[in-house]
Order: sequence, then C-alpha cells, then structure tokens
Amino acid sequence: MKTVEGITRESTLEMIGEALEAYPEKGRKKRAPHLAPNDPSACAACVKSNRKTVPGVMSARGCAYAGAKGVVWGPIRDMVHVSHGPVGCGWYSWGTRRNLMQGVHGVTSFAMQFTSDFQEKDIVYGGDKKLKALLAETRGLFPLAKGISVLSECPVGLIGDDINAVAKASTKELGVPVVPCNCEGFRGVSQSLGHHISNDTIRDYIIGTREFAEPETPYDIALIGDYNIGGDVWAVKPLLEEIGLNVKATWTGDGEMERIAATHKVKLNIVHCYRSMNYICRVMEEKFGIPWLELNFFGPTKIRASLRRLAEHFDGRIKENVEKTIAKYDPIMQAVVDEYRPRLEGKTVMLYVGGLRPRHTVGAYEDLGMTVVGSGYEFAHGDDYERTAPEMPEATVIYDDASEHELTHFVEKLRPSLVGSGIKEKYLFQKMGIPFRQMHSWDYSGPYHAYTGFPIFARDVDMAVNSPTWSLVKSPF
Amino acid sequence: MSNYLGLEVKPLTEPGMEEVERVAAWTRTEEYREKNFARQALVINPAHACQPLGAELAAHGFEGTLPFVHGSQGCASYYRSTFNRHFREPAQAVSDAMTEDGAVFGGQNNLHEGLENAVALYKPKMLAVFTSCMPEVIGDDLTAFIKNARQKGSLPAGLPVPYANTPSFNGSHVHGYDAMLLSILQTLTEGKAVEGRCTGKLNFIAGCDFNTGNYREYKRIFEEFGIPYTFLADISDTFDSPLDGAYRMYAGGTKLEDAADAINGKATLTVAPYAASKTFAWIKDNFAGSHASIPTPFGIAKTDAFLMKLSELSGKPVPDSLRAERGRAVDAMTDAHQYIHGKRFALYGDPDYLAGYVSFLLEMGAEPVHILCSKGSKKLEKELQALLAASPYGKKGKTWMNKDLWHLRSLLFSEPVDALIGDTHGKFAAREAKIPLFRFGFPVFDRVNLHRYPRIGYRGAVNMLTDICNKFLDIKDETCEERFFEMMR
Repeated sequence: MKTVEGITRESTLEMIGEALEAYPEKGRKKRAPHLAPNDPSACAACVKSNRKTVPGVMSARGCAYAGAKGVVWGPIRDMVHVSHGPVGCGWYSWGTRRNLMQGVHGVTSFAMQFTSDFQEKDIVYGGDKKLKALLAETRGLFPLAKGISVLSECPVGLIGDDINAVAKASTKELGVPVVPCNCEGFRGVSQSLGHHISNDTIRDYIIGTREFAEPETPYDIALIGDYNIGGDVWAVKPLLEEIGLNVKATWTGDGEMERIAATHKVKLNIVHCYRSMNYICRVMEEKFGIPWLELNFFGPTKIRASLRRLAEHFDGRIKENVEKTIAKYDPIMQAVVDEYRPRLEGKTVMLYVGGLRPRHTVGAYEDLGMTVVGSGYEFAHGDDYERTAPEMPEATVIYDDASEHELTHFVEKLRPSLVGSGIKEKYLFQKMGIPFRQMHSWDYSGPYHAYTGFPIFARDVDMAVNSPTWSLVKSPF
Repeated sequence: MSNYLGLEVKPLTEPGMEEVERVAAWTRTEEYREKNFARQALVINPAHACQPLGAELAAHGFEGTLPFVHGSQGCASYYRSTFNRHFREPAQAVSDAMTEDGAVFGGQNNLHEGLENAVALYKPKMLAVFTSCMPEVIGDDLTAFIKNARQKGSLPAGLPVPYANTPSFNGSHVHGYDAMLLSILQTLTEGKAVEGRCTGKLNFIAGCDFNTGNYREYKRIFEEFGIPYTFLADISDTFDSPLDGAYRMYAGGTKLEDAADAINGKATLTVAPYAASKTFAWIKDNFAGSHASIPTPFGIAKTDAFLMKLSELSGKPVPDSLRAERGRAVDAMTDAHQYIHGKRFALYGDPDYLAGYVSFLLEMGAEPVHILCSKGSKKLEKELQALLAASPYGKKGKTWMNKDLWHLRSLLFSEPVDALIGDTHGKFAAREAKIPLFRFGFPVFDRVNLHRYPRIGYRGAVNMLTDICNKFLDIKDETCEERFFEMMR
C-alpha cells in the first residue's frame, strides 16, 4: 500500500471538514458524500458520484451534449456532425477538444461547425422541417461525407421535435446514414450521459452495417475510447501494429464511420477511456461475442503491464512480439526517466479531470518519481472510483464533481508541485503560483499516450514544474 | 443485420484520390459558390456565439460580481472555457444546474438553492443572473423567481441581483452583452438619481469588446485629458490580473457605487453603437447630463471623432500629448503605406469591430473587399456601405450580412483577397486560400497576448499597421525568389 508522509485519514478528513464549513446546511449535506480519504484496501468507491450538481456551486462539469458532440461523435472525421438547436453549443465545442483528424478539410473530413442556428420561430413552430432541409443541403455540399449525425441541444427536446423520424426519412432520401442523437444538455447530470446515449445510437444505427473488405484474421482488434487528443491514436495504433495486431477501427479519434460500423467483426476490443465507451464494449460482447480489455497507455510501467495483459489474449507470436517490443522501448524509456526523474523526484501532483485520467496517469507520474496526493473526476461513476482506489496512496483526498471552492481549498492546504486539471482551473491555480498542466487537452501538446507520448509527457511535466517563470512570482520589492 | 435505419450491410468504400481531388476542386468553383449561397437552413462555421456569453462578459466588468447562469450546467462551462481560452485568465461563474426535473417543474427551486449556495460560498457583491436556452423555452419568470427568493430569504437584503433574459435562439453574444449591461445599470442606479447632483464624471461604455488592451487604452486617454470618468463594465483587470501568488476571485471591475452614481454623471459616452444600443437608449432617457453614441475609435478619423467628442463632453481641449500621438500615428501610416496600399482584405466579426476595421483599411489605401457579419443588420449594412462609398478604395467592397465563414470560403476562392481579418475560427479558410489571418477579433485561441495590444485609438492604429505590414514583409522574405531576397524592404 502506498502512503504519503504527512497525509493521514485524520488530516484528510479535517481538510474536507474545513472545505465544507462554508456551505449552507443543505449544500454541505449534499456535497459531503462526494469527498473522502482514499482507502486502497477496500477496492470500493469511497465517494458518491454521478449525482446532480449542487446548484450555485462552481462545477467544472459539462452536459450530455458536450459528451456526445465533443467526445464521442465529434472526432469521427468523415461524418458531418450537426449541432441541432441554437448557435452556441456548437460554437463553443468547435475545435476545442483537439481530436486531430486526417483527410481533406471540408471534403473528406469535417472539423467544422454545422448548426441549424435555431431562431425564435423554430422554437415556436418546431425545427423538424428546417432539419430536413438542412440535411439535404449538407448532402449536396459535402458529397463525400459518409454520414450525418444530428446532435440535439436543449430546446429540441423541450419543444418535442421528432428528429428520429426526420433522420429515418432523410437516410432513405439521401442515401447516407443520418443518426439522430437525443443528447440535450439538460439530460442527466453531466457529460457522462451524453457518452452513453451516443454509444447507444452507434449501437442502434451504425454498428453491423459495414464489412471490412480484407479477410478476417485472429489479430483483428479495435482501439476504443481513444480520442486522438494531440495525436494519441497515432501513438497507440503503430505500437499495437508493431506487436502484430491489426487495428481495424479507432473509436472515435481520427475515426471513420464505416470502420466503426464494421467493428463487430473484430476479435478483441481494447478500451482506453472506460468511462465513455464501456457501454459499447458491453454491447459488442453481448451481441457479437467480442471480448474486451481495459488498458492503460500512460507511462512505461503501465504500458508494459498493458501489453503483457494484451498478449495473454493471443498466441505465442504476439507474446514474443510484445516481449521484443518491451525490450526495445525499455531502454528508451529509461533514458527519459533518467533525464527527468532527478528534477521531479519527490514532487507531488493533484489531479482533477474526467474520463480515465485521474487514475490512468497516476503511474506515469510515479515513473517520474512523483506522488499523486489528490484525485477526482468531473463525471465519473462508482466503477471509476473503484478502479481509482488501488492506484492512489492511502488516505489521499478523493473528490467527485469538486466545486472550485473545494478544489482551491485542497490545493491551498496540500500545495502540490503540480496541478493537472482543465482549462477552467488552469489560470486560477497559476495565479496562486502553482505549476499547472491542462490534462484534458495536454495543454496544446501531446501525444501523451504510449511510448511516443511518454517523452513528451515527461518533458511537459518537467517544463511546468521547473519553469524559471515560477521563480519570478514573488516580487523582490 | 437489423438496425434502426434498415440499412443493408455493405462493404467499406474508399473514395479514390482522384475523386477527392475532383470534389475538392469543385468546392472552389463558382458553381459551388452558388450552391453554397443558396443554403436556407444549414449554417456552417458561424462567426458569432450566443447571447449568454456576452451577458457574462458584461457581468465580469463589475466589482465583486458573480455571473450566474440560470439554466443547464453545461452552458456555464462553455462560456467559462471560451473566456479562459481567449484571455488565458480565470473566468468564474456559476450555474444553477437545471436538469430534467427543472424542465418539468420550472427552474425556481434550482435558482433559489443556487443563489443561497453562491452567496455563501463566493460572497459576491452582486449576482448577475442571466438565462440560457432551457428556462427561456419553458418560460421561467425570472422577475417573479427573484422576488420570491428575496421573500424566502435566499438572498441577503441589499444584494443587487440584476437579471437579463438572454435566449440563445435569437441575436448573438453582442445582444446578450447589451441586455445584461442594461439590467445591471437599471438595478444599480435605481433610486440613485439626485436632483441637482452632478458627479462631474464622464460615464463610458466600450461595449462588447474582448480586448483588454483597448480598455486600458481608453483609460489612458481619459487620463491624458484629465477627464474624471466611470468606466462601465471595465474588464481590463478582470481579464488581465497580475500573477503574484494570490488568487483573487473578483479581480477588477467597475466599482458598484460608481456605477450607481453614474446616473448623476456629467455626460455618458458609448463607442459601441451596436453592442450598447438598448443600454444607450435607456441611458438617454434616464441619466443626467449629455449623451453621445459614436463608432468605436479604430483608425485616425474615428479616433479624431472620439477625442473631439471627449473634448466636447468634458469641456477640455484635446491635450497636446494626444495631438502628438496622432502625428506619430499618421507618420507611421504614411511611412508604411506602401506595404498595404491596394492590398485586398476580407473581414468578419462583430458589428462594432467591422465598422472600425473598414475605416482603418480605407485610410491606409487598402481595399476592404468582403465584409461579412454572421449576425448583421440593415443598419450595419448601410453604415458599412456609406463608409465604402466615401472612399475610392471602397469601390470593390461588398457587404455580406448574415452569412457564415463557409460562405466566406467560397468568396475567398471566387474573388481572392490578400489577407483576412477576423478571429481564430477563420484560420482554416485562410490556410486553404493561402493568405494570412490577422486576429483582431474574438475569440483568439491560437496566439498569445493579442488581446493585450490595443486596436483602438492612435496607438491601436499603429499596432494594426505594424502587424499587417510586417506580416506582408515576412511573407515576401519567406516566399520571394532567391535573387529578389535582399537586405532592404
């Protein structure tokens, strides 16, 4: 069991108690179950999660639409994704998640903003007619788009539009799949429901509708839950190919509609972001008998373990390749560790992100000699916290849907050497003089996944923690 | 295989390289442009955000003010992230996180609980409440809700809580700015008019401007003049606060008592005829003193008009220091005119910015060719056309109201220009058209510090000139044939 000097169950409970003091009684009661010291031995979630955000509390959460558009659908490069409703949601999520894609912009790949730009009359009379016209216009202007997703914003659900009927009719008329996704922002408590809804629409409308042209092999796999942030997919896919596997589809980073639609033919799904895509893995397991495996590609220790776990699913050839590959990269990774560890040894980190990062990146920091002393998620469920408990040291603080007030308090108390969180937290903590990396977007760097990513991760962490700019914060006068 | 769409199982298809190239070339043709402009329903790459974002900007401009989004949780996150990315500063706002039950029962409970928590945790001096789509669609009555919150005791007595309806399904962020600013001023000044009292100050409204350097520049100009002023909705410190190891949740902003006393001002000036039109109309009827609404001071002529208006309203002459500054700007413009004269530009952005860019370009002998506003109006179109008509360099200029950046892309291929002025979202079109993009607008996500450089006033004109001319010189050095590469430019 990992421990951290100076952090005990009591000290963490005291810190949590102080943070809760500022709340009115009702708010305190609602927030208390979401904050707790870690108990790695229990292997259970120590905090409650996936509950409604407390009103008036500054939360970092997004909405179902954000989960659908920004995470699951948006990265599929060869489809047009229509933000159906008012202009804002699409505009705010336009190009802001860094899921890189190949293709010819506006011809075969569509990292653009398509919207029905609802006006008052659409609210009053409904937007179905407009949607129908818009889909036809899309088809006419973008003939090589492989499909269209329709991602509904709040008003669409509230006024009772039937986008499913429009999608169905348009699919027939236009000859490309039009997928309606009822991911209105008011649904559920966070972006997490948007992931689930999107997975369900892929299940209902897409998967099973295509077949790969080339013959099946025992080594056909799909990479699920990698969004190609800063090129992550382009770091993982070649590694998997190097050990002899055929990555037939990537979900959904740099994703292609038809490859996704044919994923039911693979032999194994490997899932990185469990939170956003465990649903579809379960579907493929139940419906098509495809097993799935959760892996972690952050840092050499976890990559090594992941590759070996992966090898267990295959024959001797793959096992041999895995060992060869590990042997090839180990010295390269050791050189990275040798370079950065001396400057980072003993430093502490606090994390507050979404998806998989609050637990998956712990090992990568440890590879660099750092200790994670607090972790939490914006939109996790109980199973995420179960998986987090063994990764985190004893009694370190775990926070679910942390409010800005709580997070600031914890960071002030623990004064970590680095905070890894999102854009909304970045500048706040930097004002406090605390080094920061945006861990949703890799702070416009990356990739951070796999062997290609680790040297970049290590450099970035070192650069943040040891930037000479921090020494300028205190004025000499 | 059964699926909801009843699709047949098909093999994967790959369009060949030739097909891709054929379609890519077609998207750059006149034929495509026609098809593109025939769009009725689909909007692609709009150059505007929704009302609440502007409302939040206005709220951030006041001391100790917590922007409070009444509506879905995700909206607040989106506005905050957008400000974070543009300013590279914290942007603190809360939401009352309405979900399905709010849709059914209305958002009053969320609002009341939210107000109570926000007041306890974040101790604001003012709570600026504005709506996103959801409560607007279900028809939440903010007037009643906030009154009920007072009666219930969810709000401390005396805490100002201005509120604005900012539905995302009409207008743009510019309109939301106007709505929230109006409500804040109405709330703060209520009952504060005192017969015979004059603060002796100039009230100033810069409008929905995302350039902190502009705010500082306005203040510097007032100080050069020696004009006592109240800058209404001043975000210069909010979004440009020092890094000294202390986090201040509410950095900067107009003092609430100054804003309240603005109603007794000597004069009120707005340089945002589009972004503060409703606010200004109300001020004219309610604020003491004289009032004026003039265009944003981009370029020399508009800055001249601004300084003369300041002189008129304050009764002070334009100071020599600014006269000298004008001379230096004109000197810089004359020195550099050869690098920009005759260059063709496409511009897009918010109405107040656009009028300013056009004015500046015409003064340089550059040609504004495509002027595009994705939330324009007849009034703006007329103003822009009058500007173009008044200059020989405006002859080729065309205005495109309520068009988007995909329309602009077609324009760039069918009637090419040398450069684009706008925000970060134009970078794909600029790259495809192989022309530079000058990021003078909002948002700028992909360059640092541009919002710190003033674009208004004489100094702003020099800044724009410097950026534009030097970029053209860079391009020349980077692309000219070896034998034409030389020391002098």
